[in-house]
Amino acid sequence: MGKLIVSLSPHAHGTDSVERNMYGVIIALLPALIVSFFYFGIGSLVVCAASVVSCVFFEWLINRFVLKSDRLTVCDGSAILTGLLLGFNLPSNLPVWIIVLGALVAIGVAKMTFGGLGCNVFNPALVGRCFLLVSFPAQMTSWPVVGQLGSYLDAETGATPLSLMKTAIKTGDASVLNDLPDSLHLLLGNNAMGGAGTIGEVCALALIIGLVYMLWKKIITWHIPVSIIATVFVVSGLLHLANPVYADPVAVVLSGGLMLGAIFMATDYVTSPMTHKGQLIYGVAIGLLTVLIRNWGSYPEGMSFAILIMNAFTPLINTYVKPKRFGEVLQK
Amino acid sequence: MNIIRTFRIGGIHPEENKLTHEVETVAAPLPKQAIFPLSQHIGAPAKPVVKKGDRVKVGTMIAEAGGFVSAPIFSSVSGTVVKIDAAVDATGYRTPVIIVNVEGDEWEEGIDRSDKLETVEAHPELTPEGIVESVKAAGVTGMGGAGFPTFVKLCPPPTAKAECVIINAVECEPYITSDYRLMMEHADEIVVGLQLLMKAAKVDRGYIGIEVNKPKAIALLTEKVKADPRIEVVPLKQRYPQGGEKQLVDAVIRRQVPAPPAIPVNVGAIVQNVGTAFAVYQAVMKHKPLFERYTTVTGKRLAHPGNFLVRMGTPMRELIDLCGGMPEGDNKLLAGGPMMGKALTSVDVPVCKGTNSVTVISDSEARRKPADPCIRCAKCVSVCPMGLEPYLLATASAKQMWDKVEAECITSCIECGSCQYTCPSHRPILDNIRFGKSKVMGIIRARNAKK
Repeated sequence: MGKLIVSLSPHAHGTDSVERNMYGVIIALLPALIVSFFYFGIGSLVVCAASVVSCVFFEWLINRFVLKSDRLTVCDGSAILTGLLLGFNLPSNLPVWIIVLGALVAIGVAKMTFGGLGCNVFNPALVGRCFLLVSFPAQMTSWPVVGQLGSYLDAETGATPLSLMKTAIKTGDASVLNDLPDSLHLLLGNNAMGGAGTIGEVCALALIIGLVYMLWKKIITWHIPVSIIATVFVVSGLLHLANPVYADPVAVVLSGGLMLGAIFMATDYVTSPMTHKGQLIYGVAIGLLTVLIRNWGSYPEGMSFAILIMNAFTPLINTYVKPKRFGEVLQK
Repeated sequence: MNIIRTFRIGGIHPEENKLTHEVETVAAPLPKQAIFPLSQHIGAPAKPVVKKGDRVKVGTMIAEAGGFVSAPIFSSVSGTVVKIDAAVDATGYRTPVIIVNVEGDEWEEGIDRSDKLETVEAHPELTPEGIVESVKAAGVTGMGGAGFPTFVKLCPPPTAKAECVIINAVECEPYITSDYRLMMEHADEIVVGLQLLMKAAKVDRGYIGIEVNKPKAIALLTEKVKADPRIEVVPLKQRYPQGGEKQLVDAVIRRQVPAPPAIPVNVGAIVQNVGTAFAVYQAVMKHKPLFERYTTVTGKRLAHPGNFLVRMGTPMRELIDLCGGMPEGDNKLLAGGPMMGKALTSVDVPVCKGTNSVTVISDSEARRKPADPCIRCAKCVSVCPMGLEPYLLATASAKQMWDKVEAECITSCIECGSCQYTCPSHRPILDNIRFGKSKVMGIIRARNAKK
């Protein structure tokens, strides 16, 4: 007879793992990735590949030579995910050297300086993106128009739906909004109207398919994405009713990085609150900040900043927002 | 038609693995030597009343209650007391035991061994006090695992008033089927046991909570309680840890027991396991003290897993041999199921009052995976049935922040293991929480003692 193994209970495990969750999110990103190939062609391929490869490389390098850990953390999929999300937030005509710099900031500064997986305060992909946005404002705000499948650095650029909305508010001229693609095109990807945007954000439908997949696989819960989208919809709806220079809420919700941010960036495990109640507060605050920055800030898009600001509030939310303890429920 | 109920916070759905659901119970053969630990219940250990060389029969009291919260122990075999010694029990420590060499199978007179069903109606002489006294004298303790003396629960503190008795027939632990077999084979006796408990507690509502994965038991018991309108069989949605007392009360009567030191009777409920109801029936109607029980012996790699009527004191080795012996290689031997069972250090540990299952976990399932960093996925928070934050309690306990974990209600933890079961990073969450909880309980006791 062999030995008896002794440990404390429980002696069963539900077979969930870090890898299952990370690769699950990557699978949920695939529809958007495939759609981006059809819209941006070779450019999207180069940007995403460069971003993923450099993120994985920096993760390995820092783990091996700085943290001197012998654990192979690159296999857990989190660096691949960060790379993919960073790529999704970039224009498809960005030169590789800028992408590598973004990956270094994302993994090296935002993730590994805090201690690696699970310890970072801010979403690494968003830190990378915002670093690039303030360092290379020209390259980071020229958006290739969809449909140029063979071009990369030489792609023609155009206005995004969000910059049209900003123009309408600045000039006070609601007729600018007539140039917006209609909502169906925003949902499917705005190629027919010659729209533009980052790699991951052009097709809201593909992102929603990813959301449904993640909810089905129980990787995330509905609280964060739904509260963000609902808040933005309601607040921009009220603004639109008050003054038509503010775009109609359906277009607001479907354009820019809102879906990508609400579904994939704000739901990042490490940087979002732990309780459902806290997640709702976090989601509503991101929604409000997004509307605020989009309409009155100097940037046309406010999603990334809104999420990063709320990342900073997550520890505070975790300290003060507690789950409903058993026994606190009112007796019937 | 009832809406299928369940408890309101958290919960998980572990793989059932009820391998022995339809395996009929057989009486296990008598052991050669029976071992009776003196601590088979919560409370003070029992005090031996026999000495080396004494002859005992089946049903002879060998140790008396050692305090108010305590219970006497009865011999399950006839033979000679060989020694009063120490042996390894389920806790892994050596504790005092009485060892009896088995000779023949001679029962104490006065135990009714017939199968005749005695109903409450046929015994108008029974009084609540008389029932409580019989239950106390027969050494009946909770049969679901924790082993709290049953009569104590039937005498609630003066500040609380019992309104109903809930029979726990949930059996939400994977693998275990002993309660299910008992229901299928002794439904009438369980119903009488419940009626006795209701009479003893002076209440006129009784519930039997059963999970819907046992449709035959629900149908059978519903049929049996038709004659008594005071009793309701409540089908419950399948969800772990529904067999936890507080979760069961919430599921059945929609009331939540407040944080410790509150107990179910503070919201009017007395919860007893099905096995306990059966033991109460036997104690009161058949004058049979508690010395045998239904136990499941199971495991994916056992050749013939089964359900057994076991004389307490039988070493687990003999039961495992009945099922085809220990599988090759390293195994984990559990008293209880995989979620809350205790891993044993020896196959010679005997079956006790609370041993509802002997579970053998083999191969890769027996070993824990190495822990990854916490990714703060919040899954432990969503599954915690007590509304706690396991990730926080575990980390703060590991850092010995006792004030912090006390403020975060660590003493409410019921140690169900849902958090650790769910954790994608395989972190030893419950190990750390247990450590913190026992420290905090000690601190609270010391503080109260000073006052």
